[in-house]
Amino acid sequence: MSHGGKPERPATAQGHPGKPRLGHHYDTYEQQFDSNKLGMWLFLVTEILLFGGLFCAYSVYRAKHPEVFIYAHYFLDVNLGAINTVVLLFSSLTAAWAVRAAQLGQRRLLVALLTITIVCGFGFLGIKGVEYSEKWKHGLLWGKNFDYEALRHGEHTGADDHGEAGETEDHGTGSTADHAASAPDVALADETDPSATGYVAADTASNAGEMSNIPASAMGPPGLAAAQMVTEGHGSLEDVPRNVHLFFGIYFIMTGLHALHVIAGMIAILVILVLATKGRFGSAYFTPVDLTGLYWHVVDMVWIFLFPLLYLIH
Amino acid sequence: MLEKVRRITTKIKHAGEEHQGMVHVLPVWLLVAVFVSLMLFTWATVAATSVDLGRLNIWIALAIATVKAFLVALYFMHLRYDRPLHGVIFLFAIFFVMLFVALVLMDTSAYRPELIEGYAPALGSQ
Repeated sequence: MSHGGKPERPATAQGHPGKPRLGHHYDTYEQQFDSNKLGMWLFLVTEILLFGGLFCAYSVYRAKHPEVFIYAHYFLDVNLGAINTVVLLFSSLTAAWAVRAAQLGQRRLLVALLTITIVCGFGFLGIKGVEYSEKWKHGLLWGKNFDYEALRHGEHTGADDHGEAGETEDHGTGSTADHAASAPDVALADETDPSATGYVAADTASNAGEMSNIPASAMGPPGLAAAQMVTEGHGSLEDVPRNVHLFFGIYFIMTGLHALHVIAGMIAILVILVLATKGRFGSAYFTPVDLTGLYWHVVDMVWIFLFPLLYLIH
Repeated sequence: MLEKVRRITTKIKHAGEEHQGMVHVLPVWLLVAVFVSLMLFTWATVAATSVDLGRLNIWIALAIATVKAFLVALYFMHLRYDRPLHGVIFLFAIFFVMLFVALVLMDTSAYRPELIEGYAPALGSQ
């Protein structure tokens, strides 16, 4: 007795009558929850190992070429990285709290917390976007897109050696002839820790004649102004280590993959948010909130490690 | 003093148990306390970079990052109050990543540049 061609489903496939959302292959809600959570943890292990592979690449390259890392870290803004860390940690708090709210059936609080988590995700991506666009502007890209020419014209002290004779750093960089355009544009990430690294926070009026001809107003938001690397002896191109573009390859692939994970997490949380507004979650069923929160925490943990390894290089 | 510490750790260990039987709920004060600790450690790790300890710097940064990650895992991810199996799975993941990195680093430290010329100025005549 088929109804319009559709075969009749056996009763057991519809789960337990009278017990919504309990799959037929489970006996109790508790067993279902345990099983789902275990499955999620196994998936998170694969995520940890995914990033573990990239951390391995980082470790090998840093062990073999520490000079590249020490040089390249000038281009990363510690303040932006720290703000990103705080933003993600706060979003982890709201995600964990959202799980609690779901468990207690506090629907409005749950919706609010999930919304805040997504907003924090946007904040993180926004700051990342600012960082990426700064790097793009200065040609600090991966592989052969790295613009060594920009370094060449940005870091001349004008004082001692210029290093045009020994152009040993000219590697297949694909540097174009538009250094005329990139020369005024070499505001580098500011390392606002004067006592440690020995140079002063950017004072564009004083170094205008030295480093670049960017007017002070065009330097961009605070924290991204030009760094005076000259006082540390990194003023000439001879001090640029070979293969700096490899650091940026590692930087972009690690933070890029992480940002992709943040986006995926935000989409998942958005779905949960929509379901939460419909009142789907309560003390009996909060599994999706819990599992999405777990994913978000793993994304946060990856950033907890990325931040010191990429931004806090000494 | 020791009694106070014992009371606090017991409070954390049994946090949330007074709620519904099936599920363990994290109390808000614990969530906020963990968040504040994470903030402190973040501040500490940034401050530590201004102290030059040479080769020790990266290990200090990694140690602080590990503590932060464990705070997130134990409390935010609920591992402290979950089935032990979940914690075991997580630790295995960490262990295998460390094994992976360690073995690869061992391998790369065995490079023989006198056979095939490489370029690593920071490593002297390696």
